[in-house]
Amino acid sequence: MADEKQKTISASFHKAFRSFLVTAPVMFGVILLLGLFKTYVSPRLISAVFKDKLLQDTILGSAIGSVSAGNPISSYIIGGELLKQGVSLFAVTAFITAWVTVGLIQLPAEAAILGKRFAIIRNSMGFVLAILVSIATVLTIRIL
Amino acid sequence: MNNNLRNNRNKSNVNNRYGLYFLGLVAGLYCVLCLFNPQKTYNSLKLSWDITISIIPILFIVVLFMGLLNYFLKFKTIGKHLGKESGIKGWLLAIFAGILNLGPVYVWYPLLKNLRDKGMKAGLVTAFLYNRAIKVPLLPIMTFYFGIEFVVVLMIYMVAASIVQGKVIDMVERHRQI
Repeated sequence: MADEKQKTISASFHKAFRSFLVTAPVMFGVILLLGLFKTYVSPRLISAVFKDKLLQDTILGSAIGSVSAGNPISSYIIGGELLKQGVSLFAVTAFITAWVTVGLIQLPAEAAILGKRFAIIRNSMGFVLAILVSIATVLTIRIL
Repeated sequence: MNNNLRNNRNKSNVNNRYGLYFLGLVAGLYCVLCLFNPQKTYNSLKLSWDITISIIPILFIVVLFMGLLNYFLKFKTIGKHLGKESGIKGWLLAIFAGILNLGPVYVWYPLLKNLRDKGMKAGLVTAFLYNRAIKVPLLPIMTFYFGIEFVVVLMIYMVAASIVQGKVIDMVERHRQI
C-alpha cells in the first residue's frame, strides 16, 4: 500500500516535470525575447511616440503597454516620466494597465500552453479594457 | 479514456514542436541582430540569462505545486472549487490567488493548463491572470508615483475588469461548446 502511494507520488511529480519540459522551449524563447526588448527599447524611445492628442495617446498608451514587457516597476517609472513630460494621465494609465494585463511578447507561450483562441481573445480584450479602465479611473478621480 | 490520453499526448507533442520552432526562430533573430550590433545582442543574452537565474526558484515552486496538485487534487475537487459550479467562491479564489501570485506570468502557464485540464473554468484562469497585475509589494512604489487615490481607484476598476473579461471568456467557451 505504501509502495503504491509512493509510486503515485513519484508518478505525479514525473507528470508535472514532463508538463514543464514540454513548455520549457517556448518559455525560454519568451525570456530571450524579453532580453532583446529590454536592451533595444529604451524609455526615451517610448516617450517619443506620444503626440499630445488625448484619445490617440490613450490608445497608443495601451498599444505600447501591450507590446512592452518586464517588471511593473519599470512601467511606473516610465509612466511617472511621461506625466512629467506632459503626457495625459489617460494615456499613462492605459500604458501601465496594458503593461501588466496584456503580453504580446508572452503571447506565443500563452497560445501554445493555454490555447490559441483563449490567448488571442484574452489579450485583445486586455488591450480594450486597458483603455476603458484608464478612462474610468481618471474620470472617477476627477469627480472625487 | 484511452482516446483522451492519446489526444493529450498528441497535443503535448504539437506544443513541444511549436515551442522548439519558436525557440529556433528567436535564436535566428539573435543571430541576425548579432551581425548588426554584437555588443547589444550580447547584452540581451546576458539579461536573458539573469532573468532565467532569477526565476529558477519560482519554477521549482511551480513544478512542486503541479506535482502536489496531480497527487492530491481530483477532478471532482477542482470542479467544486474552480469549475462550473464554483460560483462566487471560485471568482474570489481566482482573484485573490492572482493578487497574491509571485513571479513572471509565463512560469504559471503550465500549472494553469494542468488546472484547466482538471476542470477549472476558463473565466477563472482569465481572472487569475488579470489580477496578477495587482502586485501588493509594488503598491507603495505605485503610490509614490501616482498617489494613493489613483492606486485605490485603479485597483477597484482592475478587479472589476478581470471579472468582465472572465465572464466574456466563459461566454465564448460556452458558445463554442454548443
